[in-house]
Amino acid sequence: MHTKYAYCVSMPIRHGLLALLQRGPMYGYQLRANFEAATGATWPLNIGQVYTTLARLERDGLVEPAPGEDGDGKVTYRLTAAGRSELQAWFATPLERRSRPRDELAIKLATAITTPGVDVRAVIQAQRTATMRTLRELTRLKAQADPAGDAAWLLVNESMIFQAEAEARWLDHCEARLTSVPPGGAPPLTQPATANDPTEVAR
Amino acid sequence: MSQYVLELRDVTRVHGSGDAAVHALRGVSLTLAAGELVAVMGPSGSGKSTLLNVAGGLDAPSAGVVVVEGTDLQQLSATALAALRRRSIGYVFQDYNLIPALTAAENVALPRELDGIGARASRREALAALDEVGVGAAAADRFPDELAGGQRQRVAIARALVGPRRLVLADEPTGALDSESGESVLRLLRARCDAGAAGLLVTHEARLAGWADRVVFLRDGAVVDDTGPRLDAQALLAQGTGS
Repeated sequence: MHTKYAYCVSMPIRHGLLALLQRGPMYGYQLRANFEAATGATWPLNIGQVYTTLARLERDGLVEPAPGEDGDGKVTYRLTAAGRSELQAWFATPLERRSRPRDELAIKLATAITTPGVDVRAVIQAQRTATMRTLRELTRLKAQADPAGDAAWLLVNESMIFQAEAEARWLDHCEARLTSVPPGGAPPLTQPATANDPTEVAR
Repeated sequence: MSQYVLELRDVTRVHGSGDAAVHALRGVSLTLAAGELVAVMGPSGSGKSTLLNVAGGLDAPSAGVVVVEGTDLQQLSATALAALRRRSIGYVFQDYNLIPALTAAENVALPRELDGIGARASRREALAALDEVGVGAAAADRFPDELAGGQRQRVAIARALVGPRRLVLADEPTGALDSESGESVLRLLRARCDAGAAGLLVTHEARLAGWADRVVFLRDGAVVDDTGPRLDAQALLAQGTGS
């Protein structure tokens, strides 16, 4: 599946790989294949990312090469005790809402309403249309999924559906809020004390 | 014969006149082909429900043309319009509109009986339509009051789908249903469209509109944007490899 998503969520690959290694030692290509199987190729990984991440995990003492190589000379990795407790802590700790792609949208809209000559409604509508296209593709993938066989992947898919829905609702909210603000009702720009534009003095 | 199941050409609907005139629709054009599910989104008062009512012949446009299955609705007498509505168009409303004194099966069979196909044949069709939406024989003979909300809405959908109708109009069809039941309603509409019907869905919920092939955005009675049709697999493939 090579669907393009508007969202490019940066998945904590580190912990994803640690979780896979909890099942047993694996080498790089196995990790990549299992990661994609678990997330339905929603976040495709390239093998370089896998090895870079493994190298950092090894540096941090969370994984180590398993003794002995398999017949092909591939290095398999396994969790260390520190890796296991790191993984436990990850599952036990709720995520904070950190920087998300949506924040860029919030910044875009916040600046749009204060920038002269920008049609904010058009900005909102363009985003809404793009979000609905994303939602349509996600829904289509969901409709084709097998509820039993694709359970893990459906979970990821629905997480993205609900995020897209939240964004659409937020856009509706922004638009309704704009409607209740008279044109030109955006807050005045913070002016330097020396502003000498007479129109600004009137404020 | 039009290639479309539904065609709106430059449809305007004005309520009242003079200074008090309200333009509910302003020059809306829209086509639905067989197999297509189109969602209409927009804020309250944007004209969504008026659009649906005009498309279904429940309300007449002030100007413009509404064509259903190749027939211009304005050219029909009231009787002929009623017959076309019954035979060609299925309606699903938020409040279900089931007749409380009739059982589920009788509610579904009613439009077919009115079509004159006979009690036995219409009951057979009704049971088939109920089965298609997952309402079993046991529930078919219960009254609407005796059914849960999700089941009631399934019955309403069965009634909209019974017989040979190809145009399904749905106004916020998931109403107060929980998210899971709401989704199953959309799955049914989707399946019906995949089987050759044309569906027009009015909703304010993005997650439900996601089931449509195309989303049309309405504001102040006019179409302001459109997602365009879904790219087919070939186009997606070309897009994915063409970089």
